[in-house]
Amino acid sequence: MTARLTRAETVLYGVAGLAAFLGVWSALSLSGAVPHQFLPAPHEVAARFVQLATTPFAGATLGAHLASSALRFAYGFLLGAAIGIPLGLLMGWFRVLDEIVSPAFDALRFIAPIAWVPFAALWFGTGIGGPIMIIFAGAFPPCLINAYRGARHVSRPLIEAAEMLGTGHLRIIVEVLLPASTASIVAGLRVAAGLGWQSLIGAELIVASTGVGFMMVQAQLNISTTTVMSAMVAIGMVGFLIDVALRGLEAAVRRRGLVA
Amino acid sequence: MAAISFDAVTKTFGRNGRESVALERIDLVVADREFVAIVGPSGCGKTTCLRMVAGFEFPSAGWVTVDQRRVTGPGPDRAVVFQQFALFPWKTVHDNIALGLRNKGVPRDERERRIAEAIELMSLQGYETAFPHQLSGGMQQRVAIARAYVLDPDVLLMDEPFGALDAQTRITMQEELVRIARRNPRTVLFVTHAVEEAVYLADRVAVMTRRPGRIKEIIDVRAVRVAEKWDTHERIEDVMDLESFIHWRTHIWRSLREEKIGREP
Repeated sequence: MTARLTRAETVLYGVAGLAAFLGVWSALSLSGAVPHQFLPAPHEVAARFVQLATTPFAGATLGAHLASSALRFAYGFLLGAAIGIPLGLLMGWFRVLDEIVSPAFDALRFIAPIAWVPFAALWFGTGIGGPIMIIFAGAFPPCLINAYRGARHVSRPLIEAAEMLGTGHLRIIVEVLLPASTASIVAGLRVAAGLGWQSLIGAELIVASTGVGFMMVQAQLNISTTTVMSAMVAIGMVGFLIDVALRGLEAAVRRRGLVA
Repeated sequence: MAAISFDAVTKTFGRNGRESVALERIDLVVADREFVAIVGPSGCGKTTCLRMVAGFEFPSAGWVTVDQRRVTGPGPDRAVVFQQFALFPWKTVHDNIALGLRNKGVPRDERERRIAEAIELMSLQGYETAFPHQLSGGMQQRVAIARAYVLDPDVLLMDEPFGALDAQTRITMQEELVRIARRNPRTVLFVTHAVEEAVYLADRVAVMTRRPGRIKEIIDVRAVRVAEKWDTHERIEDVMDLESFIHWRTHIWRSLREEKIGREP
């Protein structure tokens, strides 16, 4: 790596990069180099974005669509974490469970969450179950893998110390493996959130009746490129906010010295 | 109370498909409430001896028993103090010490009383709510010793417990350990490569050979210690100045040095 930058420099370069991106985009769109109906200009997207915040489109405002997407995301993500983390820790401790689960898990985890859409639609119809299942498919593997890796990398002396103190299996998992794996688990949650959020939009393109993904499909049918772009911007922003929140959690974990 | 017994213990490790003998026919008995130190060159397998009593490893041949029962795994009757402390970084001093008692299901009142005793014994008052990383190495090792002592174990296993400490702290801890051992005698197996430490602390010192580790000789320091009244000296340097101390220290040093030279190709 090259030399460290000051905070001011970091901000400056970030803003410059963003400005250059918007500049090129504007230039391409306004100059007519790219036909206007293919690529709306940034300011048009911004105007549409503001408009969508107050005026319903496809039955709801942008905020309401986002809220319904976020709710599905929350369910799927939390379900993935609630099953993935304990299962990962258990697999990290009990060899037998590791041997039983790993082959099936390794076979399934390379299937993109979107591939489950047909079955999600078949099993859950257009209800909330389908999208939750898709998000779960995205969020569950990183939760499990990181909890498992965290548990397997706990330093040997700590486990020996716990054992010589007569600590039972469950207590070792909860009071030793879990705290020792916190950093790894939180990193897994970040990956899980990213994959889950991305999968959600894909799922909503097909199965939902509300949500940002659904909104994009409707906009596509209306050939409203600014609406599609606005939805994309909203997706990006919410994804970023989710990551900021989890990064905050990561920092809090580090501050509390929970890293072994 | 319990005695530790090694009965013709051999330990081999498989390395790159080749069997390598780490320990060869170890016979050693640590009597009830006796303090035995094992000294030897690094890699001689002295830590492996201790780990087999702890139940972390098992003999390839022979038996390790504690209180006539074969060791089948780790347990709170054999508390271990590790060289690198092995405290739980996310638990406070109090909670580190409490874990073993909670595991035993000791009722809260009694538990708190015993934790307070252990904290007092190791002079840790005022640090109950501190986390390990906030403490110096010496203080962390005090917590680890308190965590072991609070269990009231039959056997105390100490694996180079002061090896990671600076010289000054090390001396203080050695004096403390003598004080504690006098107040509250235990069956102790103490592994170290520091000869002075072994002579100062132990009733008997077992000297080991280079790999494959065998017990070369066992020196009974206890008789001299009692006759020369070592225990009346508060400070380690006063003991170390005594003729009798120097005699045994030099004897063991020579014994270890022969080991090094004698086996060099």
